[in-house]
Amino acid sequence: MLEDQHNVKAWFYLAPALALLGIFIFYPIVNALFLTFVQDYEYLLGTFDGFTLLGNFKNAMQDANFSQAFLNTLFITFVSVPISVIVALLISAWLNGIKKFQGMFQTIFFLPYVTNAIAVGMAFAFLFNRDFGLVNLFLGFFGVNPINWVNTGANWGHAMFSLVIYITWLGLAFKIMVFLSGLQGIDKQYYEAARVDSASRSRIFRRITVPLLSPMIMYITVTSFIGAFKAYTQVIGMFGQRLGPPGNDKSLITVVALVYEGIDNAATVGALSEAAATSIILFGVTLVFTLINFQVSKTRVHY
Amino acid sequence: MEITLQNVTKVFQSKKAEETVAVDNLDITIPSGQLTGLLGPSGCGKSTTLFMLSGLLRPTKGKIFFGNEEVTPVPPEDRGIGLVFQNYALYPHMTVRQNIMFPLENVKMDKEEAQQKAQNIADLVGIGHLMNRKPKQLSGGQQQRVAIARALVKEPRVLLLDEPLSNLDARLRLQTREEIKRIQRETKITTIFVTHDQEEAMSISDEIVVLREGVTQQIGEPQHVYDKPENMFVAKFLGTPPINMFDGRIENGRLMIGEANIAKYDVKDQEVKIGIRPEGFKIVERSSFKVTVDMVQTIGRDTTLVIEKPNAKGETFRAIVDSEERVKPGTVLKLSVRPTKFHVFNKETGAII
Repeated sequence: MLEDQHNVKAWFYLAPALALLGIFIFYPIVNALFLTFVQDYEYLLGTFDGFTLLGNFKNAMQDANFSQAFLNTLFITFVSVPISVIVALLISAWLNGIKKFQGMFQTIFFLPYVTNAIAVGMAFAFLFNRDFGLVNLFLGFFGVNPINWVNTGANWGHAMFSLVIYITWLGLAFKIMVFLSGLQGIDKQYYEAARVDSASRSRIFRRITVPLLSPMIMYITVTSFIGAFKAYTQVIGMFGQRLGPPGNDKSLITVVALVYEGIDNAATVGALSEAAATSIILFGVTLVFTLINFQVSKTRVHY
Repeated sequence: MEITLQNVTKVFQSKKAEETVAVDNLDITIPSGQLTGLLGPSGCGKSTTLFMLSGLLRPTKGKIFFGNEEVTPVPPEDRGIGLVFQNYALYPHMTVRQNIMFPLENVKMDKEEAQQKAQNIADLVGIGHLMNRKPKQLSGGQQQRVAIARALVKEPRVLLLDEPLSNLDARLRLQTREEIKRIQRETKITTIFVTHDQEEAMSISDEIVVLREGVTQQIGEPQHVYDKPENMFVAKFLGTPPINMFDGRIENGRLMIGEANIAKYDVKDQEVKIGIRPEGFKIVERSSFKVTVDMVQTIGRDTTLVIEKPNAKGETFRAIVDSEERVKPGTVLKLSVRPTKFHVFNKETGAII
């Protein structure tokens, strides 16, 4: 009797959270799965013509932009994540080592985190502007002719390079913050012991700092991978709805952008199902890489 | 390797520019190949001195010599020292073997040779069978040995130990201090260790340096320092139970506590402080030192008598007598004082008279 009462109470306390989770998390997931396996779904009428196992996946893969979207997403992920993790690690190690102005630099490096991604994207688009941008101005000092990074007709390589630089920079802030807090938690005696043991600075970094920070590095790597697979806002921020430099529209389309396109065309029969299938594929890819990350961490992370 | 500190001073500056003198004009010579204990209450500058020897701290003033070589500006990695931290600072992600081999890898020693050396030193300290464990899987005493092995493996000129026994329980402490003594004897390495525990320092050191507020109080063999303290601080700091202090005076060449005549003492009349070791009392037939026993504690072979001081109401002192002597509380006793067990100090300066 008493236990029953407790149960009722517990559910009562959980109800608000469960209601919100149900509406905004569980229902959309179930609905996406449902959409993935129905044929000829009509959004406006809510009708469909039976079920299909692979039909929507086939449609999704036959989309003109499908392979480009995956290629771009994978490229962004595998270039920006390692670079930003390593750069963040080096910056935070350096920040942890300095005494003067540490607070000031910490604030500076943290600013991108509290700045709107779209606004930063527009700023970066201007930095990479062919005629007025600082990047070309800087390169000009070394006698490099102006490069068309993001303006009309810019090729995929240049546009992608600019995008990856921007995404890397945007991701640094949070990583630096996490690494710095991790570094500050490492007992200074390990460093003193290593100094007495005649370890060089680079060896101290590789053999002491990185292993002791490995739980943080693991956490950051996994969440960054997942975040990078979902890249979308950043492309919008730099290139707008065109998803690429003018004249080379959609050349920088990502998987999530592809999903949103499906939603935009929801009125078309089956378009929503196609978007749902695309999102399930993305989920599968993300899951696989996360599992690989965890597998690697078993041998590399020291808790 | 004889170690000399010449007028070494260390001043710490806080953020508000307040200065704290941790070590004040230290001028000592530490003998080669021996175990020397830096002893003092907390805050006396003993750890600071050790860290200055290691090079992790720079002296504000003064010079440090290893043998004839001045090492004051030499960074820790080039000093050839082994340092055992108070909480060992073993690298938690490395196995015992990797921990011990780390200093050798840093000097790019051949891997097989390094492995052999690590094994030899691990066997010496008695942890040779634990090489594949992580520090977390070891007991406190075992971790301590790993830390010593890691400090010794590179064959340092000097071994420094910071409060090596403070993290161990009482029994392990006893065992480990024998162990440290044995390792030191076998390796014959000049060893300096820091402790606040006078018993620990007395029991294993060849030589002790007593420090107080950054100033050397006395240097010498433990027993000598115990028997012939140069001031009241040293006399009070060494010995358990601690020495009994009495307000006394010298009158016509006689040492007096109240009306009790303690001994002949041929210096000019003055008020003094008298320190008498608890084991310095003897129960005798005839004496002017008459007291009443308050409490009797018999622990093992000793009987401790708690007795009210004859010239200070409410204050007590302790006397240790043979447990053969059956004494009951309330008994009136006559005491004499053994000639080598009392010390007379200047009332103001605390210096020995």
